[in-house]
Formats: sequence, C-alpha cells, structure tokens
Amino acid sequence: MVPSVAVLLAWMIVPLVMTVWFSFQRYNLIDPSMTGFAGIDNYRFLVTDPDFWVSLENTLLLVGSVLIVTVGLGTLLAVLFNQPFPGRNIARVLAISPFFVMPTVSALIWKNLLMHPIYGVFGTLASSVGMQPVDWFADYPLASVIAIVSWEWLPFALLILLTAVQSLDHEQREAARMDGAGPIAQFVFITLPHLSRAIGVVIMIETIFLLTVFAEIFVTTSGGPGNATTNLAFLIYARALLQYDIGGASAGGVVAIVLANIVAFFLVRSIARRLEI
Amino acid sequence: MRASPLQRLFAAALGWTVALVLFFPIFWMVLTSFKSEGDAIAPRLLFSPTFESYRDVFARADYVAFALNSVVISVGGTVLALLFAIPAAYSMAFHPTDRTRGTLLWMLSTKMLPPVGVLVPIYLLFRSAGLLDTRTGLVAIYALMNLPIVVWMLFTFYKEVPNEILEAGRMDGARTLTEVWFLLLPLTLPGVASTGLLSLILCWNEAFWSLNLTSAGAAPLTAFIASFSSPEGLFFAKLSAASTMAVAPILVFGWFSQRQLVQGLTFGAVK
Amino acid sequence: MATLTLRDLRKSYGSFEVIKGVDLAIADREFVVFVGPSGCGKSTLLRMIAGLEEITAGELDIDGKVVNRVGPADRGLAMVFQSYALYPHMTVRQNMGFALRLARVPKAERDRKVNEAARVLQLEPYLDRRPKDLSGGQRQRVAIGRAIVRQPKVFLFDEPLSNLDAALRGQMRMELLRLHEALKATMIYVTHDQIEAMTMADKIVVLQAGRVEQVGSPLDLYHHPANLFVAGFIGSPRMNMMPVTAAVVGDAAVTVGLVSGQQIAVPASGGATRPGDALTLGIRPEGLHIDPAGPILVTVSLVERLGGLTLLHVKAAGDQDLTVQIEGGDPTRAHEQIRLAIDPAACHLFDKAGQALPRPARHTLAA
Repeated sequence: MVPSVAVLLAWMIVPLVMTVWFSFQRYNLIDPSMTGFAGIDNYRFLVTDPDFWVSLENTLLLVGSVLIVTVGLGTLLAVLFNQPFPGRNIARVLAISPFFVMPTVSALIWKNLLMHPIYGVFGTLASSVGMQPVDWFADYPLASVIAIVSWEWLPFALLILLTAVQSLDHEQREAARMDGAGPIAQFVFITLPHLSRAIGVVIMIETIFLLTVFAEIFVTTSGGPGNATTNLAFLIYARALLQYDIGGASAGGVVAIVLANIVAFFLVRSIARRLEI
Repeated sequence: MRASPLQRLFAAALGWTVALVLFFPIFWMVLTSFKSEGDAIAPRLLFSPTFESYRDVFARADYVAFALNSVVISVGGTVLALLFAIPAAYSMAFHPTDRTRGTLLWMLSTKMLPPVGVLVPIYLLFRSAGLLDTRTGLVAIYALMNLPIVVWMLFTFYKEVPNEILEAGRMDGARTLTEVWFLLLPLTLPGVASTGLLSLILCWNEAFWSLNLTSAGAAPLTAFIASFSSPEGLFFAKLSAASTMAVAPILVFGWFSQRQLVQGLTFGAVK
Repeated sequence: MATLTLRDLRKSYGSFEVIKGVDLAIADREFVVFVGPSGCGKSTLLRMIAGLEEITAGELDIDGKVVNRVGPADRGLAMVFQSYALYPHMTVRQNMGFALRLARVPKAERDRKVNEAARVLQLEPYLDRRPKDLSGGQRQRVAIGRAIVRQPKVFLFDEPLSNLDAALRGQMRMELLRLHEALKATMIYVTHDQIEAMTMADKIVVLQAGRVEQVGSPLDLYHHPANLFVAGFIGSPRMNMMPVTAAVVGDAAVTVGLVSGQQIAVPASGGATRPGDALTLGIRPEGLHIDPAGPILVTVSLVERLGGLTLLHVKAAGDQDLTVQIEGGDPTRAHEQIRLAIDPAACHLFDKAGQALPRPARHTLAA
C-alpha cells in the first residue's frame, strides 16, 4: 500500500504545485525575455479573455449533454435489452462495441465517413431523398462533437445499467404486478429507484472522462470553427503547446483542477455513501 | 417474466434496430476498408472488395512501428500499474486500517484531476528529463494514470474472496506466501486478468498524453490515426483500413471481457 | 490425548470487551457445545481457541502447554467452518489433502489418508469433483473430511449445520456423533440451536454477552438451570415464567403465592429469601396438566397439534401467557376454558437477580 500511495502522491503533488507556481509566472517558451513574477496577471488575462468563458461554457455543455443523452437513453436501452428476444446476446455485443473504439478513430470515422457533407453516408442519404446535405462540423460543430462523444459513452452506460437491471429481484417486480402496477408504473416505482445507485456510478465515471475530452476535438475541429468547440482541455493545450504561453496555460490548468474538484467533491461524497468498504 | 409473442417481436425489432444503428459506424468502417479509394467516397453497399488499402497501410513502414509502440506502451503501463497495485489492494483488502477507506476515496479523487491541469508541468518535466517522445515516459504516465482504477478493481475482487477460505488455509498451515500462491492467486486470477484487460483497453485508446508527449519516435496508434485528420484523411479507404487494424484487437478483447469489466468498473456497487 | 484449559480468557476490540473472562476445562474426548444467542461471543471464543483471533488476556492451554502465541496451524486443531470454506478451485481430493501438502507429507501417505477419510465419509465417488458440483450435505462432509485428514487433537465446529435443510441437519447430527465415537477425539462445537446442543453435547457451555452463564450436561442444564437466562434458553418450547410472592420460606421447601391467590409448596432451599419477596416461578410445558380440580383457570387461545404431542397456548389470570404440553389424543379445543394443575416437583424458583434457588433433589439423570 505504501509504495503506490507514495507514487500517487508524488504524481499528484509535484505537477500540481508546479502548475500553481507557473500560473503566477511570466513564462513563454519562445520568448526567454519574459520572466519573473506575474502576480495574478495570468488570471486577470484569463478571465478577461472571452475564449476562456466560451471554453468553460463548452465544457459544461459537453459534459451535461452527453450525461443526459447517455444516462437517459442508456436506462431505456438497458430495460429493452433486459427483455428476452431472439439474438439478444449478439445484439447486445454489437450495441456496446463503440466503447472499445479509440477516440481518434471514432472521431475520424464520424467526421469523414458519416458526417462529411459530400462523401459521407448522412449527406448521401439526404441527397437521395432530395434534401440539402448538412455540413455538420461547419453548421453544428459542438452538437457534432457531442454526438460523437455520446456514441462512445452510451454503450458504457448501457453495459452498467443493464447489469443493474438484471440484478433486480424478480419477486419484487412480481409483487408490484400483484399490486396492480403496469409496465410504466413498474419502471417508475421499481426499476428506476433500483437503478439510482448504478446511475450514480455511471455519472461519476463518465464525468471523470468527459471533463477532459480532448482527442475528439483535436482530430475533428481543432477547437473551431473560431472557438465553437474549444473546451477547457483544448484551450489549455492550445495556450501551452501552440502559443507556448506556459503561465497562461497553467492558470487555465488551475481553473480546470478547481472545477474538477468541485464536481469531484459532490460526486465522491454521494458515491462514498453508497459504497460498502 | 412472461411476454406475449407480440411483445417479443416488438422487443426484437427495437433491440436489433438499436444495436445495428449503434454498430453501424464500425460496420461501415470495416466495409470501407475493403473498398478502393474510388468506391470509398461514394457511399454504396455494393463494390468489389480489395485488400489494396491494407497493403498500402502496411507499405507505410511506420505503421508497424506505431503498432509496436502501442503494444509496448499498453502492456508496459498495465504491468507496471499491476505491480504497484497488487500489494496495495492486497493490504487494503485483507489488513484494513482506519485509513483504508479514506485512502481509497482519495485515490479515486486523483482520477478526477484533469490531465490538462498538469499537462504543462509534466511536459516540462519530461522535456528536462529527456522523456519526451519515449516509450518509457508513456509507460510511466499510463501506469500512474490507471493506478487508482486498477487498485480499486483489484480491491473489489480481493474483497470478494470469503475470509473463511483464507482462515481455513491458515488452519491448514498456509503462511502469507503459500496463502497468496495457492489460494489468493488462483481465486482472483479472473479478476486480475480483467483488471489488466481494462487497463490495456484504456492505455490502448488513450489519446491525450500520447498526442501531447510524443511526435514520431514513441507515438502509438492513436497518434497515427490522428495524423489522418490532415487532408490525407480524405483517403477514406486507407483511413478505414488503418482504423480497423487499430481497433480490432481491443474490440475483440472487450467483447470477451465485458462481464468482468462491469463488475470491476462499478467497484462492486452494481451487482 | 487432548485436554484444553481456558483461564480467564478475554478479548477486546479497542475498548469494547466481547469476551469477559472465560474459565473452562475440557477433558479428553469430550464433546463440548458452546451455545448462546447471536452476538454472545461463542464464535469469537472458538476462533480464539483456533488461533484466528488474538487472545487479549488470559491463558489457553492445550495438553498443559500455553498456546497463546502459537499459530493456528501449529496448535494441532482442525476447524469446520459455517460456510464450509472449501477451496473452490481444488477438487475434493486436493481440498482434503491441502494441509498435508503444505506440511510436506509424501504423496503416497497423503493419498492413503485422503482415501481413508473419503471412505469413512462415503465421499469416494466424488473425489475428483469440485465443490460447486456437490450438494450441500456433500460439501459439509468434505469440510469434515478436510479436518479428519489432519488427525487433529481437537476438532472445532463453527455452526456447521446451519446451512443445511432440517432433514439433512438431523441426519448430520447423528453422523457427527458416530464420528466422535469412531475418532475418539475432543470436539468443540458452536451453535445457536439449543436442540443441537441438547442432542450432541457431553457438556454444554451457555454463553451470554461474553460470559459463561452455566456449564453442565444437557439434562443438568435442563433440570437444574442456574438462572433465568439458562432456564429460558434451554428447552423447547420455552419454560413458562410466572411472577409469584414468597409466603413461607424453609430450607427444603418454599411456599409461594400465585397471582390468582393459590399457594404452591416448591421443593427448594430458600436461602436469603424472605416471606413477601417477589420471585419468579418457572415451569416447563410438560409440568402443567389439565385437571378439572386444578388451581389455575385458563382460556385456550391456540392449539398446536404436532401429532404425538399437542401444545396448548393459554391465557391465565393477569394476562399471563402459558404453554402446556399434553397428549396428542387430547380433544381440548381453542377458546375452551380449562383448569390446570402444577407439579410442584417440576417447579423452579428464581430470585430477584434471576438466580435459581437450589433444588435439593437432583434429577436422577442430571450428573
């Protein structure tokens, strides 16, 4: 226990302290003349930068929308895949497959093979019924990214919620039926409360990963057009490795950490109550 | 629960529709990978299959290098994480103290630390240590990145070993080492295997550190695929062939291990 | 040969004491049963003997040697767990031979011992199966076999029958007794089921809240319970308890007055009891009889017909619930009013502190 705790502690503390330190420094990789203590200049610059607020908004929009889509659809699909039907196991394996596809691949496949306005499947389908193909990434950039990320994470929600649905006690549902509950009442009063724990777990794990979505944006839109799909992760990346502004990027990093901690605080607390350790 | 034939038909139709819609992008990717470039940009189901694109991708000598990087880094990161995590999870599961619960939750919360927050210092540390664009660097990063989840999963699996079995072993004369070797290892082998599998999947698909900390030398397949985001990506068939090869092994892994993955991932909170 | 001596054995978790000083001597080849309600500490006590729980204070001797610091495998004991704790990844043969393998016993001798145990337990056809392919009773026998193979000085059983159904439980009780006779070994057996305790034990140890309430043979406890707790715990259906008042106190008999006014002279030595003291009168269901001339008027509220026997649940004056055991052929029905007679020789008296007033005449079977 000690070695792994020590390693994790170092892994957390050292970069964290460095990030905080840099965020108060004038530090640019291509301009060695910029040095010295910057005070809160980096932060002042950050909060007065409209890009920052847009990226914050985009981050929250992305996390929120994907959570709603995956948990909502995931719950319904979990109930659906709990019904017996021919070939259910194969159908389930197909449905969860997107989870195992690497983000760069899913982003590129969606962008080029599916959503490309001229050569993509969607565009061709639209043309064939006489509609104008949509240039998804130009017209609805954030929604497109949300669609891709949702496609990646829906299987995960489905997988975990399905396991939870399957563990629902048969006798409980039968008792509800004896009490006169129809399918919808059963879902609302028996299934949903039973799933609340699993939904909590799904939300927690997805949030961890969604706050830091990067590859999907990197390979599809590079944060654009303009700043339409720039989330906090991408903003920091752009500041640090495209503009070499280490101080500004670090300030963004501190904000990201604070944001994550706020979310983590509530999530870990609510999960911790449910875990039996 | 009994279901009327009509209900079953409805469920089957809906279930299969959903499954096929969700799987369609992957199916289309595989299909496109067997098309010629000319066929690829005209979305059609009928075409004459060809291995042209696979040949082309392989012909780029660096594909093999990227794939090899992916394998080395994923396996290396997973093994390293397991080496640290197994003793940690063992002691937490079987010799818990008052601080065990807190330590576990703290480990989980480190996972919430966004990598972007520490990208800059890690980048600079790696640069000064000469670890940029090296496999060693990525192995270390991946091991650390997955350590909390790996510890959690192992902890859950160890927790499921009934205490009475270990006590029976002690009555039979097992010491710590024989207990681990004859009882714990065989009993938790499926758990350790699926933990390793999940770590492998996460490493294989990781695309933040690999994109930011590597350029040519140690870049894994995620970075290779990302290079298709340039206009070259319009070679749909080649993109699909490369993607198919990058995804296939992990997808097959995932299909076989989905059950254990859920069990571990949910930390036993969902049964 | 194996004798055990427990001297003021104590166990605490932090400041919380669960075993509060147990003294006990266990003779060679004795079948001792620890019995008590859940949470009384009986399993903890067994696990302290096994070496699975550290002993906080006191001394544990096996064959005259203090073994407080000896590891579980080296105390010469074997334990059968409640969940059987079979190794799921090993065959029956490997399960039973595991301890010998760890002790580096040569393979030929190992096989001989395992085969011998399998023969005794009728497990021979199952030696190459895994635990999951066995029935509950078979698993139970493998767990016992695993203990037998080690030829321990003392067998420890932790509620071994509680996972079996009623019929199998009765059968396994008999098998364990046969085994005890065949192996000539000392056995310590923990259960919460007083029927198991009564039917199997040479000596019963009744525990409550970490303390020994009474030690004795089954009939000793049945006929001469030392206090209210033991009186209520041993025997099924439970002993009836009625509040009474001492009227005449003597050394050979105490005359008490019931709530209804009748007086009964109970053969017991009064000791420090004074006339007018509040006492509790205990009478087992078989000590009450239907008698038209009896002193107690009751209303039958429920009739439980077991076939050979019938249990009447009745209400007496003062809203007192009593249970009466009568012949199966008795025609009495619910809601009837009947009169009951009490056999004074079957009565027990307990003082305010719950301690029994000694009964001068010992039951012939109570050693």
